Amino acid sequence: MDNKLVVSQSPHIQTTDNIQKIMLAVIIALFPTTLFSFYLFGIKAVMVVAVAIGSAILFEWLTAKYILKRSSTVWDLSAIVTGLLLALNVPSNLPIWMLLIGTFVAIVVVKLTFGGLGQNIFNPAIAARIFLLISFPVQMTSWPVPFQKSLSMFDAVTGATSLGIMKEGLKNGEQISQIMDKIPSHLEMFYGIMGGSIGEVSALLIILGGIYLIVRKVITWHIPVSVLGAVALFSALMWTINPNKYPDPLFELLTGGLMLGAFFMATDYTTSPMSKSGQIVFGIAIGMLTLIIRYWGAYPEGISFAILIMNSFVPLINKGFKPKLFGALKKKKN
Amino acid sequence: MLKTFSKGGVHPPEKKITSNKNIVNIELPKQVTILLNQNLGAPSKSIVKASDKVKVGQKIAEAGGFVSANIHSSVSGTVVKIDKVPDASGYKRDAIIINVEGDEWDESIDKSTELKAEITLTPEEIINKIQEMGIVGLGGATFPTHVKLKVPQGYKAEYLIINAVECEPFLTSDHQLMLEKTEQIIVGTKILMKALGVNKAFIGIENNKPDAIKLLTEKLTQKQDNSIEVVALKVKYPQGGEKQLIKAITGREVPSGGLPIYVGCVVQNVGTAFAVYEAVQHNKPLFERVVTLTGTNVPNPGNYLLRIGTPLLHFIEQTGGLPENIQKIVNGGPMMGKAIYDISMPVTKGTSGILYFDNSDSKRKTSQPCIRCAKCVNVCPQGLEPYQIMNFAERKQWQEAEVNHNLDCIECGSCSYVCPASRPLLDYIRLGKQNVAAIIKARTVK
Repeated sequence: MDNKLVVSQSPHIQTTDNIQKIMLAVIIALFPTTLFSFYLFGIKAVMVVAVAIGSAILFEWLTAKYILKRSSTVWDLSAIVTGLLLALNVPSNLPIWMLLIGTFVAIVVVKLTFGGLGQNIFNPAIAARIFLLISFPVQMTSWPVPFQKSLSMFDAVTGATSLGIMKEGLKNGEQISQIMDKIPSHLEMFYGIMGGSIGEVSALLIILGGIYLIVRKVITWHIPVSVLGAVALFSALMWTINPNKYPDPLFELLTGGLMLGAFFMATDYTTSPMSKSGQIVFGIAIGMLTLIIRYWGAYPEGISFAILIMNSFVPLINKGFKPKLFGALKKKKN
Repeated sequence: MLKTFSKGGVHPPEKKITSNKNIVNIELPKQVTILLNQNLGAPSKSIVKASDKVKVGQKIAEAGGFVSANIHSSVSGTVVKIDKVPDASGYKRDAIIINVEGDEWDESIDKSTELKAEITLTPEEIINKIQEMGIVGLGGATFPTHVKLKVPQGYKAEYLIINAVECEPFLTSDHQLMLEKTEQIIVGTKILMKALGVNKAFIGIENNKPDAIKLLTEKLTQKQDNSIEVVALKVKYPQGGEKQLIKAITGREVPSGGLPIYVGCVVQNVGTAFAVYEAVQHNKPLFERVVTLTGTNVPNPGNYLLRIGTPLLHFIEQTGGLPENIQKIVNGGPMMGKAIYDISMPVTKGTSGILYFDNSDSKRKTSQPCIRCAKCVNVCPQGLEPYQIMNFAERKQWQEAEVNHNLDCIECGSCSYVCPASRPLLDYIRLGKQNVAAIIKARTVK
């Protein structure tokens, strides 16, 4: 026999899935909400998305080539996902130079400094969003009203989000029923006919994308369901206690970045726990923290902070919540 | 809802291209090489010498201990020599090499093909017969069957479980055996039940073999036999793992580090049940078995009856030769089989399939850094964290590996299969297992 055989350990077959395909699935899942934002916020949203993705790719490529001097990881598409997620988390009239700072923070500081995909402690898009929110609070909370045709970056009509109006109203001692008249109806919120960050407005389309990811087995239901479940239960409790001071659960579920956060940000592989029990604990904590910030914090929205805080607990959760060992319970005879 | 095990599991493409292909005999080779370590446990000891004449079914090697098995000649002819030859892993092992002359069977073997349903032997006689006839587990692990039938003190067998799951992709030898030897398998199961003293047996079959499920159920209904129950299982790998199969059928969990008998179960492969039938009812030792020839670009895929010791090269030539682009040959299934180092190696009692891989799928994809997707954790049927054990093994942190239940791994390969970063998880977990086991052994010696 002249030709040698390949010898390797079992298994001899591998899944056809790979990192690139997984990232592509995430991008596909974000398509509906992205396209809807183009329809809602026009050419500015297109520009923000394009610049965020383009600059994320550029930063990833430049850092790999000139600083880390290693082969480029641009082709795993993770930079595109990060850029897109950041774009979906900012208002459409955010000045481009601020956006560039955001993608730089996400890709270079939060992701690559820690070693790149799989090594970062914090979700890059979330960390960058919070960096921008703290650095540029005005620009990050000026939400253009939907369906404006203006091309200019500066003269868009902006308004507060439902969460902002709610927070402001409650601070001024208004009744919830009065505030509710000033904001879109629950159905409008569900469809996403309202102001907000580019990709967070339509609960319907985000849920569709999330279901696609679950069916495609990119994520499991554990994190999104526990985040949303915790928010629903906790807010239902508070609403029952005092419906004049705490909005109804549906309002909490449909406003802000909760849906986007629950399906696309909290489920980030690298910055979420490994075991299912750990993922549920992580999700519940995110849901609770989000409401605590919304109810009693300084900011109207708390999902980003909640995810960032829980990111830092992931190593601890991984230690404390291990998968259940097969045959661990019934140790009868030895 | 079909039954299955609850934790983890994967479903690779089934690719059972040889299902419903009748079992075919192939021409006897000119020479056979019968390895002396064909079973799990101690190797057997040769009792023949060069130039001895042997018949088919004549004992040529004795068990080298309790956990070991006798070996019988698979051909008639003359012993040439006892020599070291490479086994499936490429290690040189002792083997008896016999030149084939005719096909003369030992007189004690009942060559009749009619069904012998009546079981006359006592349980003890059955176990002795099985031990004498060199029966080992034919699912691939080759654990001596008589050892499993001797229930240790303090335990009682409640259920016999016949493993007819064949959860490995490609393999169909068990499936075909069930279709062709249905009655014999039922009698074999009865014999095993009698040996164990149990009143209930389950035959677990995955639902991708509906014809086998139907046939066995029909035969049992005809006999009005309620003691044996056919259980259709959802297709999920590694359902053929003993612990997973017991969980799927009875809901019981074998404790970590424990044996199936701890929860009252004994698992035997369906091929073993057939071998037991032949041994007990026809006095026929284990010297041949069904082997599936399959894979990519196989000239004549099918299920073949091969004598133990047939050189793989002979088998390959008889079935149309090796296509040029074949780069890897696997002994067993694609998930747990062993890649063959040298095609001069012989067929052994554990050869359930021969699998060809061409150059497109013989090499692994390049390993990338872990992205912590937790897919390995989700698919592990044992509830382990493969990524973490791999990390510990990479850094030689054996104690950490032990604490994280390294030894509970059943080496099913689901983690390596599912990893989107193509990380060699199982390679490192195996490394960890060896080192942890050595450390534990050293500890008990002190």
